[in-house]
Amino acid sequence: MSELDFTDLTVSYDGQVAVQPLTLSVPAGGWLCLIGPNGAGKSSALRSTCGLVDHGGSVAVGGVDTSTMSTRGRARAIAFVPQVPVLPADMMVGEYVLLGRSPFISYFGVASANDRRLAADVLSQLDLADFAHRRLETLSGGERQRTVIARAVAQGSPILLLDEPTSALDIGHQQKALELVDRLRCERGLTVVSAMHDLTLAGLYADRLALLHEGRLVAEGTPADVLRAEILSEFYGVNVRVHYEDDGTPIVIPHRSSRR
Amino acid sequence: MTTYRRGWVWLSAALLLLAAAVVLGVMVGPAGTLSSANWNIIWNVRMPRVALAALVGAMLSLAGASYQGVFRNPLVDPYLLGAAGGAGLGATIVIAFGRAATSDWIVDPLPLAAFLGAIAAVTITYLAGAAFGSMRTSTSLVLAGVAVASLTSAIQAFVLQRSSDGVIRTVYNWLLGSLVKASWHDVRLILPYVVVSGAVLLAHRRHLDVFRVGDDEALTLGLNVRRVRIVVVAAATIGTAAVVSVSGLIAFVGIVVPHAVRMVCGGSYRRVLPISIAVGAAFLILADIPGRMLQNPAETPLGVVTAFCGAPFFMVLLRTRRATV
Repeated sequence: MSELDFTDLTVSYDGQVAVQPLTLSVPAGGWLCLIGPNGAGKSSALRSTCGLVDHGGSVAVGGVDTSTMSTRGRARAIAFVPQVPVLPADMMVGEYVLLGRSPFISYFGVASANDRRLAADVLSQLDLADFAHRRLETLSGGERQRTVIARAVAQGSPILLLDEPTSALDIGHQQKALELVDRLRCERGLTVVSAMHDLTLAGLYADRLALLHEGRLVAEGTPADVLRAEILSEFYGVNVRVHYEDDGTPIVIPHRSSRR
Repeated sequence: MTTYRRGWVWLSAALLLLAAAVVLGVMVGPAGTLSSANWNIIWNVRMPRVALAALVGAMLSLAGASYQGVFRNPLVDPYLLGAAGGAGLGATIVIAFGRAATSDWIVDPLPLAAFLGAIAAVTITYLAGAAFGSMRTSTSLVLAGVAVASLTSAIQAFVLQRSSDGVIRTVYNWLLGSLVKASWHDVRLILPYVVVSGAVLLAHRRHLDVFRVGDDEALTLGLNVRRVRIVVVAAATIGTAAVVSVSGLIAFVGIVVPHAVRMVCGGSYRRVLPISIAVGAAFLILADIPGRMLQNPAETPLGVVTAFCGAPFFMVLLRTRRATV
């Protein structure tokens, strides 16, 4: 288990600032969800964390600055599930999940029996054992998402980043994917950071939310703290109502003043 | 759904094909089959020619597969970054500025110029691509390759336009690729490059499989994308430049062989690379046979044969695979 700390994290593209100095801490085993309108900097924050874009400030995993890590070292610490993963059509599910072991295989080495066993364990844990010899192109949307999560989990990194993990899924598969992530978080002690658009789902699964707006952190706290109608209307420019379940879980409902 | 058989079955089949091609290549020639031909022709004409065809075919196929891997593009070949243009220009300059004057040189400048031309062109492409584009994506590199290829062909056209017909004809023949003058000396000349380059590329076959999920995801899987791409491109380029320097520009092998292998045995580079070596060698040995028989004693250029045989074969493969997938 490791905690993830952002200290004055900044990201800019050709002088265009995407993330203003961001300081946030995710405790080990926690789930932080980044929310915010399109272009708020959620993806930039995630992508800079796993080294895909350069950043200022620092990102630390368990107190170790990622800028001191090698590419392999960073991959051992942080696994990333991109919004639109590349799935080579004729690659087998088993081969694909085994790619998650790459950071542990020496430069000229091949996957060891241990790597294969770990990948097979993940496959069976995610109910994918029967799929091991299926080609990726034959999978449905839900199966694909589970396979990509399986590869990230096979990486064995304590930090799991998910960029819009449910945007391509129907409501049933959204729930299944998030339940799976939550189960893995509890069983494996993963620290999860996700970017999500569905605010209700974000509030249901994450234990803390961070609302970004134009690259700036504007609200941070428990789902009940952040998912408030006045905050959402200010930063999303939307008309919503927030309903609270008996246990206090906020449900965000789009609201329309009248039907034409 | 297609289930691929185990890799070693395919590799064994490819090696058998190679063995058959070698036997056929040694037996067949204008001077008749093994029994009637004398030993001198077998040893000094056919065997070096078969050996050279095998080396060139294996290297171009391996380099093509590796290029396709690091650029994640099944349609690229080892000439992508300007190797062909550079080699062609180097050869053109040597041929145009006095082949006769260099006949008593200890080192034949033609292969040397082609080799250095190919290396120089790819180096320029790499530097230009790095300077003008972000190296995160390979697109800038490919575009720089297009620019360098245009530049070399422009200079080549300029040189040729001022040359005699004889020079133009010689250059043209060289560009089409040929193994007519194959000798053991050529084999010895390129063997070290092919062996070293081949070993480096084979050692990177696992990395090429990681590349299949794209540069970004490969990076998050701990692959140093830039470094591995440079190493693979450098190794593939040196090997390609070496074989091109003795064979000229043999078209199509670098694209069609890895692609055919991929279609039959699946896309994993753990299989594609070794099987492409065997199939590429066999393909070029076989493609060289009609070349020496068809217009005997004048020869049909090998590059013409490879394209002529390879293209329809490729189309058939594309079609049958489309039907079964």
